[in-house]
Amino acid sequence: MPTTGTPTSLSQGSRTSGGIGESTLRPDGTLKVTGEFAYSSDMWHDDMLWGHTLRSTVAHAAIRSIDIAEALATPGVHAVLTYDDLPAPVKNYGLEIQDTPVLAHGKVRHHGEPVAVIAADHPETARRAAAKIRVDYAELPVVTDEASATAPGAPLVHEDRADHHSGHVPHPNIVHRQPIVRGDAAGAAARADVIVTGDYVFGMQDQAFLGPESGLAVPAEDGGVDLYVATQWLHSDLRQIAPVLGLPEEKVRMTLSGVGGAFGGREDLSMQIHGCLLALRTGKPVKMVYNRFESFFGHVHRHPARLHYEHGATRDGRITHMKCRIVLDGGAYASSSPAVVGNAASLSAGPYVIENVDIEALALYTNNPPCGAMRGFGAVQACFAYEAQMDRLAAALGLDPVEFRQLNAMEQGTLMPTGQRVDSPAPVAELLRRVKARPLPPEQQWLAAGEEADVRALPGGLSNTTHGEGVVRGVGYAVGIKNVGFSEGFDDYSTARVRLEVIAGEPVAVVHTAMAEVGQGGVTVHAQIARTELGVAQVTILPADTRVGSAGSTSASRQTYVTGGAIKHTCEAVRERVLELGRRKFGTYHPAWATAELLLEDGKVVTHGGEVLAGLADVLEDEAVDLELEWRHRPTEAFDLRTGQGNGHVQYSFAAHRAVVEVDTELGLVKVVELAVAQDVGKALNPLSVIGQIQGGTTQGLGVAVMEEIVVDPVTAKVRNPSFTDYLIPTILDTPTIPVDLLELADEHAPYGLRGAGEAPTLSSTPAILAAIRNATGLELNRTPVRPEHLTGTGTDSSGTGTGTGGRTAP
Amino acid sequence: MRVTFTVNGREQVADDVWEGESLLYVLRERLGLPGSKNACEQGECGSCTVRLDGVPVCACLVAAGQAEGREVITVEGLADYARRRDSGVSDSGASDSGRSGSGERGAEHPGDGAGELSVIQQAFIDAGAVQCGFCTPGLLVAADEMLERNPSPSDADIREALSGNLCRCTGYEKILDAVRLAAARQEEAV
Repeated sequence: MPTTGTPTSLSQGSRTSGGIGESTLRPDGTLKVTGEFAYSSDMWHDDMLWGHTLRSTVAHAAIRSIDIAEALATPGVHAVLTYDDLPAPVKNYGLEIQDTPVLAHGKVRHHGEPVAVIAADHPETARRAAAKIRVDYAELPVVTDEASATAPGAPLVHEDRADHHSGHVPHPNIVHRQPIVRGDAAGAAARADVIVTGDYVFGMQDQAFLGPESGLAVPAEDGGVDLYVATQWLHSDLRQIAPVLGLPEEKVRMTLSGVGGAFGGREDLSMQIHGCLLALRTGKPVKMVYNRFESFFGHVHRHPARLHYEHGATRDGRITHMKCRIVLDGGAYASSSPAVVGNAASLSAGPYVIENVDIEALALYTNNPPCGAMRGFGAVQACFAYEAQMDRLAAALGLDPVEFRQLNAMEQGTLMPTGQRVDSPAPVAELLRRVKARPLPPEQQWLAAGEEADVRALPGGLSNTTHGEGVVRGVGYAVGIKNVGFSEGFDDYSTARVRLEVIAGEPVAVVHTAMAEVGQGGVTVHAQIARTELGVAQVTILPADTRVGSAGSTSASRQTYVTGGAIKHTCEAVRERVLELGRRKFGTYHPAWATAELLLEDGKVVTHGGEVLAGLADVLEDEAVDLELEWRHRPTEAFDLRTGQGNGHVQYSFAAHRAVVEVDTELGLVKVVELAVAQDVGKALNPLSVIGQIQGGTTQGLGVAVMEEIVVDPVTAKVRNPSFTDYLIPTILDTPTIPVDLLELADEHAPYGLRGAGEAPTLSSTPAILAAIRNATGLELNRTPVRPEHLTGTGTDSSGTGTGTGGRTAP
Repeated sequence: MRVTFTVNGREQVADDVWEGESLLYVLRERLGLPGSKNACEQGECGSCTVRLDGVPVCACLVAAGQAEGREVITVEGLADYARRRDSGVSDSGASDSGRSGSGERGAEHPGDGAGELSVIQQAFIDAGAVQCGFCTPGLLVAADEMLERNPSPSDADIREALSGNLCRCTGYEKILDAVRLAAARQEEAV
């Protein structure tokens, strides 16, 4: 019986031009606007079952018993699986530390942990059967923050840790700790004319990708399974799935299905193993689709953080030193917490020259929801705090906040706190200059249309809460630094297979990688690279699957760099083969064949001077050149566990924002009027697409500035708002115009000089908005997101995740 | 129960529908029309926007039984619906006014009228308004309906009309561009 909704190849024919640097349109665009593009939740198989997950209703408890009898007896139910049904000795998984149970084993550690899975003939049958499973929980005390997690006698989230971080952490409830010490912070503090300290709180943000977790597992005749799923990294999934199923990796064949956004939230597994287990047990295809409620429990979130900073400066505006302590809440399982710690620590000083630093970053194990990858990955939390510090330092010195930043801005050649030299352009001062030079949007735009105030342009919008009374404007600036690619010595490679052949007289390139297209437009850029390198118009992108080598993750702003680099590298090798063939066939006819400088352009072999030597159709005839090669960027090193020194990062990425806000000070409502961005992208391979990335990243930064927070009850550690009714992401009415200024300063170490671009705009957006609100209101505002009660001073902070109003700053 | 209604101009019959099923479930899982997306199941995100007797609704909030005897347009039928509208209900004379850009579909199916996109669909591609695309079907149905009512919308009008459709990828700038572009192309075609 057929499976429908399997991904198709994406071909752009000869009418599409578009090498690198052009705003080529998406090859999947037509499928996506007609509704034909098949997302993982659209997969279908005629006799498939629906899977459902039973999740814990409490955060921390021993499981005394699980009674599945009634659920299993429900008509239409085909299987109910618990921990006892797991088929292999391996029963845990995890990105770096295998601490996450596939199904709870005697204990749950956070609200919403999977306890059992059900397969039934209708999703509602599965849901109702799940409600009949009786789990007897004996609740345990929870740890929810640093104080409770490290208190004497605190319950351990994971007993008997044996992972490679367990030996160097000061407490078993600390996943990983990374100090960085450079220079003499204490000595430098004595020379400072002003010292500014601050405590900052960053709330828990959700990726809130629109396409919930989903996939289809189809059992195969060889005892294996075919899995169609939306993920960020097929091969990382495979490495975690196969051992739990007790299958060799070649019997778990994975294909990327359509992905409805990711932003880090699909780096960890969700339904993958559960769907395969149910399919293998029932012998039928099993589809699992989370609804939004379950999605909030089905993936990790951005780490909430508490950050303490101290900066000093001399009267002439030079930063003397920085001390900071960043405590990230990793929740119940490790996910990517260790790498987030490394990022937070190594990027904690921001894009500034600071020679004396004393830095500590750590992630906790608690009974809160697990946290891991989200766009900006540790750098976001730090940027929020150090940019607030910059404004406060500038104010203390009586300097303009932008000029103060420019005075201390890093540039090419600056040493990071880790001792790593920034060895490509770092135009921090220039980015700030550009956003500042832009004309400010006109005041009181709500009056622009006529005499009546247009409430759509005011805080509160269509709620019609003000016609301008009590509304004040503010302007704020921020700049950030993000690493690109996987760091700290990780073997961060990608693989590309490229085939060049002549079909119906036309040369055609076929590109096959395992890169997860999650919406970012990798498939567009990959075709552009193939066109540029092979001089062909027709390019076909094959569906991503595990029949080709790993492409690494679609995260860390890395896919254009690394998989793009792999395609470029493979295309170059294909070109060499083609030229070899040409030399063999035609070398005697023209002396130019013997020179090295031959190119492929417009389907022909040409000299550097443009002379045509032969058509590709004549060179190749019925032969195909087909190569699969791996490609690596420059290696990185681990950070020293004591000093934090080491060349840990591949590349750095910079963006600056200017935010203009209007605040209704009576109701505490904020309208972001404009968010201007300037970003250096090294080389814009596709300007339309990279501007879209920058605008999207900026908007996620806006979300966590004024709207988005997963609220976790501090007493029960339960999630209070797992829905789009209660977890608000920006609508088109909340989002302002976002003018983008692209810089293209080449990084000589990267393919085409490009700089990974996806994450940097998410960093500085949030602190720029916070700075603008402070500028408008005079409030200190040391937490994000800002809620109305923080602006009116009327409410109490009921979330337990920190204080809002810090009183008014001194004039 | 049995539900009979018209989808994209064709009468459809769904059998064995459980009373609690939504219109969205019946479209996606029983009628093989998965273009309308399920992203929140509570009417907050607009990804499942379809037209029910011409009115944009969240199909997740409409019980399947409420669609009995009524007419539904989904993203799968949007191009055809726009073509009929532009040519005054007759099914001939497909409007070509909105086509520009690379037109991959045109390259694959030259001269195939059934493959023509509506103005708003082509504008979304050309303006870069599609990233992951999960919000796109709902936005297209909502934007098309707005342009039908208001062919020359201001930016504030566009924002108001699309405020029930969440997008997590684009920051909405290119969606605004797309709607402006579609409005301008429609105006040219008149």
